[in-house]
Amino acid sequence: MTETRGIQEQVREALSSETPVSIVGGNTKSFLQHSPVGDKLEMKSCQGLVDYEPSELVITVRGGTLLMEVEEILNNAGQMLPFEPPRFGPGSTIGGVVASGFSGPRRPFTGAIRDFVLGVGLVNGRGEALHFGGRVIKNVAGYDLSRLMAGAMGTLGVLTEISLKVVPRPEVERSLRFEFELGEAITRVNQWLGYPYPISATAWEEGVLTLRLSGSSQGVEAATRKLGGAVAEDLEGYWSSLRDLTHPFFSGSDPLWRFSLPPATPPLKAPEAPSLVDWGGAQRWVRGRYPSSMMILAAEEARGWVTLVRGGEGPPEGSVLPDRMITLHRRVKEAFDPQGILNPGRLPLVLG
Amino acid sequence: MEHTPTDHIKYGPLKAALRQILPPGGLLEDQEALRPYECDGLMAKRELPLWVALPDAVDQIQQIMRLCHRYHLPVVARGAGTSLSGGAMPIANGLLLSLVKLNRIIEVDGPNRVARVEPGVRNAVITEAVANQGLYYAPDPSSQIACTIGGNVAENAGGLHCLKYGLTIHNVLKVKVITIEGEMLTIGSDSLDAPGYDLLALMMGSEGMLGIVVEVTVRLLPQPETARLLLAAFDSVEVAGDAVAAIIAKGLIPGGLEMMDRLAISAAEEFVHAGYPVDAEAILLCELDGTRDEVEAQVAETEALLLERGATAVRVAADEKERQLFWSGRKSAFPAVGRISPDYYCMDGTIPRRHLGEVLGQINALSRQYDLRVANVFHAGDGNLHPLILYDANKQGELERAEELGGKILEVCVEVGGTITGEHGVGVEKLDQMCVQFTPLELDQFRKVKSAFDPEWLLNPGKVIPENHRCAELGGMHVHRGQTRHPEIERF
Repeated sequence: MTETRGIQEQVREALSSETPVSIVGGNTKSFLQHSPVGDKLEMKSCQGLVDYEPSELVITVRGGTLLMEVEEILNNAGQMLPFEPPRFGPGSTIGGVVASGFSGPRRPFTGAIRDFVLGVGLVNGRGEALHFGGRVIKNVAGYDLSRLMAGAMGTLGVLTEISLKVVPRPEVERSLRFEFELGEAITRVNQWLGYPYPISATAWEEGVLTLRLSGSSQGVEAATRKLGGAVAEDLEGYWSSLRDLTHPFFSGSDPLWRFSLPPATPPLKAPEAPSLVDWGGAQRWVRGRYPSSMMILAAEEARGWVTLVRGGEGPPEGSVLPDRMITLHRRVKEAFDPQGILNPGRLPLVLG
Repeated sequence: MEHTPTDHIKYGPLKAALRQILPPGGLLEDQEALRPYECDGLMAKRELPLWVALPDAVDQIQQIMRLCHRYHLPVVARGAGTSLSGGAMPIANGLLLSLVKLNRIIEVDGPNRVARVEPGVRNAVITEAVANQGLYYAPDPSSQIACTIGGNVAENAGGLHCLKYGLTIHNVLKVKVITIEGEMLTIGSDSLDAPGYDLLALMMGSEGMLGIVVEVTVRLLPQPETARLLLAAFDSVEVAGDAVAAIIAKGLIPGGLEMMDRLAISAAEEFVHAGYPVDAEAILLCELDGTRDEVEAQVAETEALLLERGATAVRVAADEKERQLFWSGRKSAFPAVGRISPDYYCMDGTIPRRHLGEVLGQINALSRQYDLRVANVFHAGDGNLHPLILYDANKQGELERAEELGGKILEVCVEVGGTITGEHGVGVEKLDQMCVQFTPLELDQFRKVKSAFDPEWLLNPGKVIPENHRCAELGGMHVHRGQTRHPEIERF
């Protein structure tokens, strides 16, 4: 694998020259960070399908493969990525998707990215080419270092290869709309989620709850009858806009806060800003300029956490982990990247 | 357990301190009392610990860990001891820490569909406790009546329904862990994600080597409306494997999909009389769950598909009673095999399903070579294979032959691109095979991660990660991930 060797060489050079590297896929998530540090390590040449067997429900691709391409391959076989990853730009790579760990509206109902990572090939901060996990669903040989890569923002290794579990596309999808205030929407949705309805997405804004049903035609029919509401046609664009953060709610320069809470948490008293609530109540977006101390306290009281995703002017803001956890994070980081050359500054609230 | 005079200097005060921390009777010392803890489900590997500690509160565990850290005493955690790989086998000069007394369900949160439980709570008890709310805990290993949730976390346990409903990692939101230094860490959160690294994923399947789990927040799922079970007979294992592939390729994800070969079928039928066709080379148990209408449709579709793909017969369980009966044969496969042989050795490997025919062929060849029968039970949906090697420990050399045969089978799994363990864990059993599946650098990366949590290697030492010299002594039989020898040579 010449691309892997090339990446190894770059990492080793970075080590000897003591210069950090900034891993670049499609550069579609640069909005998350104020400024990258170090020499660019481009993943463009690390592309391609390695293995795909629909009847095994596993796809293996090189880390720099475009997300678009992966989705097309899967779509052609009637399958899909279960976690509905955002498409922030046409250059999004599957490696970036896994490293950033963002999942879309389907996440609470099928699972997060890391639930579907079966294995990775990576180059660590010592320039070593390693493989963990594999291409099978049941695998407990050694520690789960492949799943650890999901959401690690490239700080533990350069993802050269990824194996993902995939699922069949649902037979039908249908959306329903209801008029509820937020409190009632949260209660109802979480009641419904206690029944095996084929719900695959929920979103609330401005007094309207939208629900997506996905599954067999019989299952979706039966759920439609039981749940009621108004059938809303052609909402693919709506769900995509939530997935990609292109919905009008996300536009503008006002700071964008993300609360991650237990789903049945009642509406927050503070902040009182208009919000967009999805993931069955577990993901709550808020726009506005607020002191982070207030936001952090609100999240803590709700047994969750908050982060400022975009629009801040100073250092990163949001909930912080206890010191002991930060210490552990630093030790884990050191285990992979003792000199700290991989993507420094990408997890500011955790690694400092 | 013989102590040297100098041990008394070290162990005397340590024992006294432990007795102070633990409730009365919470520290076992006499050999008789220690015996039940000397092994887990892998009975061929035994070791008496120094003492067994039975705490009944989390703060006791914190104090115990601080003490062990200070005195440099190794600690092995144990739940129900159902591990099949020696994960709970004690260390000779170490403490065996039993978590069974921490067995309370702390809280069930219906609206959020989670339950907070102590590590000693048995897997099946969780489902029982939430059944009246129409919920259940999905991962259902066959040992679920006995095994504990803490152990499930340590092994990332699966079960018969994990293809559709996931493993432990897919069904746990948060764990509280006591580190070797005696600190309490909350890993994960009550929400759907947490800041920082996915250390929760790292804890799953870490076999008691990174921390002591003292609380688990599990996800609860709504009970399916109904479940129907199909039992299909086949003239060959390959045809059965292809039928499974056809089901999945069609977009159906069964709740459960299990296969048994001829020897396993006949053993099970003799034991349980589930109505299995004893002249079939393979049977498939395919469970479909969901709403009534959709399951009706899927049953019809699947039955037709199975027949089209070469099933010689398909039966649909007529009612709940028959469904349980059909399952009982598969669920009792291991003890059933235990009836037809003085001893058996259960292997656990995963393979890409398309290689099933080839792998079983190789297993048959190895079985003849080693002159030991092998019955095969297969989680057909996810490729996890359980070859059951039949032997007689009383016959000279048979245990060793069985172990060698088992090791060879695991190497075959790696050769076809699979893994040496799907769900039972590495423990002590598969240390040699870790040398086959991983390169020295990969094993070193595991060591460094372990050291990040436990720099002095006091938690369950000697498990999972083989020492450098062990792999070197095995002579570099490294077969990595289905690639041939000389992986550095490019292939086009």
